[in-house]
Amino acid sequence: MPAPRVYKAEGIVLKGRELGEADRIVTLLTPQYGKLRAVAKGVRKPRSRLAGNLEPLTHVAVLVAHGQSLDIISQAQTLEAFRPLREDLWRLSCGLYLAELVERFTVEGAEGHPVYQLLLETLTRLALATREELLLRSFEIELLDHLGFRPELGQCIACRRALEPVENFFSPGGGGMACPGCRYKVGLTRPVTVEALKVLRLLQRRDATTLARLRLRRALAAEVELLLREYIAYILEHDVQSTVFLDRLRREAAAPPAGGRPAAPTG
Amino acid sequence: MAADYVPAPEPVARLIEAFNRLPGIGPKTAARLTYHILRAPAEEARALTEAVLAVKERLRYCSLCQNITEHDPCRFCQDPQRDSSAICVVEEPLDVLALERTRGFKGLYHVLHGVIDPMDGIGPDELKIRELLARLRDGRVKEVVLATNPNLEGEATAMYLHKLLAPLGVKVTRLARGLPAGGDVEYADEVTLARALEGRREM
Repeated sequence: MPAPRVYKAEGIVLKGRELGEADRIVTLLTPQYGKLRAVAKGVRKPRSRLAGNLEPLTHVAVLVAHGQSLDIISQAQTLEAFRPLREDLWRLSCGLYLAELVERFTVEGAEGHPVYQLLLETLTRLALATREELLLRSFEIELLDHLGFRPELGQCIACRRALEPVENFFSPGGGGMACPGCRYKVGLTRPVTVEALKVLRLLQRRDATTLARLRLRRALAAEVELLLREYIAYILEHDVQSTVFLDRLRREAAAPPAGGRPAAPTG
Repeated sequence: MAADYVPAPEPVARLIEAFNRLPGIGPKTAARLTYHILRAPAEEARALTEAVLAVKERLRYCSLCQNITEHDPCRFCQDPQRDSSAICVVEEPLDVLALERTRGFKGLYHVLHGVIDPMDGIGPDELKIRELLARLRDGRVKEVVLATNPNLEGEATAMYLHKLLAPLGVKVTRLARGLPAGGDVEYADEVTLARALEGRREM
């Protein structure tokens, strides 16, 4: 039997890249086909029927036709547009960060069910949520789990002994914690406070009740964030670009650029 | 690149390769253009050369609105007939032409030369935002119209600018979003339709 000429898929739009005059290559994360890149023709024309359905961070059902090199999206229908997320710059930027992480970590053609489910749930919560920062951290930890990069947080990766409640060390290269005695055996490390390690373990256990009660001091939240960011950059061998804008929004929220002055140009 | 293997005299190969670098032009089209020029009269080739050079040598950015122009300030910024209390902020110079065709806007423009795109590492510093703030400093501008594209990056840029401009006491407006002329309600996506509904007008 010849392969059918079209197939249906459900997905979350991760990004779009302009192609030629009016087309766009859209990257979707689908449960069945993992990351899927397909051409949406004519989406940059105002009367396109596809356009509004294929913006990044849209949960969409698509009908795709097999193409010569890339497949072609022939129909698209929004399942969920996450409007509250789209209308708030901070939450939108958080959403784009999630999309970039997924886009960088996933490959085309491999089944993507767990990551798809995770992204869908996280975007849904982000559209409602107030505690975006913790949501991002949970997402990072769970994503690492699904992709086989679960960091070892219970015992020392070198001597295998349980970690003492003192300052320990995280080794991105070793994929976990090292005790003070082993810190120089496991490549480059960064110190981790007892509190930060506790938070990381809670996140890894997905202990929702305790997490819901958790109130992180700014410095502690930053420590956890930077540790995960460094680990992720190590695995990807690349920085996650959208963190730059997240950092900037946070900085400007703390100290708004003064009236009429340029927005804090740094370095 | 395919042009490397063209068995043609060096000047021909060089022109093919130059055309091939242009957007939307593959090796076949590049070769066709090259042979067209080869057969065309010398004046045509000279006119093309001069036109290309003029774009690079005679054009610059307007020091006020950042649009491309031959004279600085550009003809919009110099025109006393235009309303200097309103500035319309657009992504690209081509957007200015599109808005001018409507004949509906009499104010001045400001070209950002891009949009905020966090995933590609394009932030506010890469756009002409500092130059926009400088134009608002003397308080003569009363309204800023945000006319970035109604897509995710355009909306993010508009929201960012709104956040930045609101404390300055200037009125910030956004182009309306709704159904395209000649469109069809049935085929509109949910976000467009919801916004068209929110922005409905009494007749």
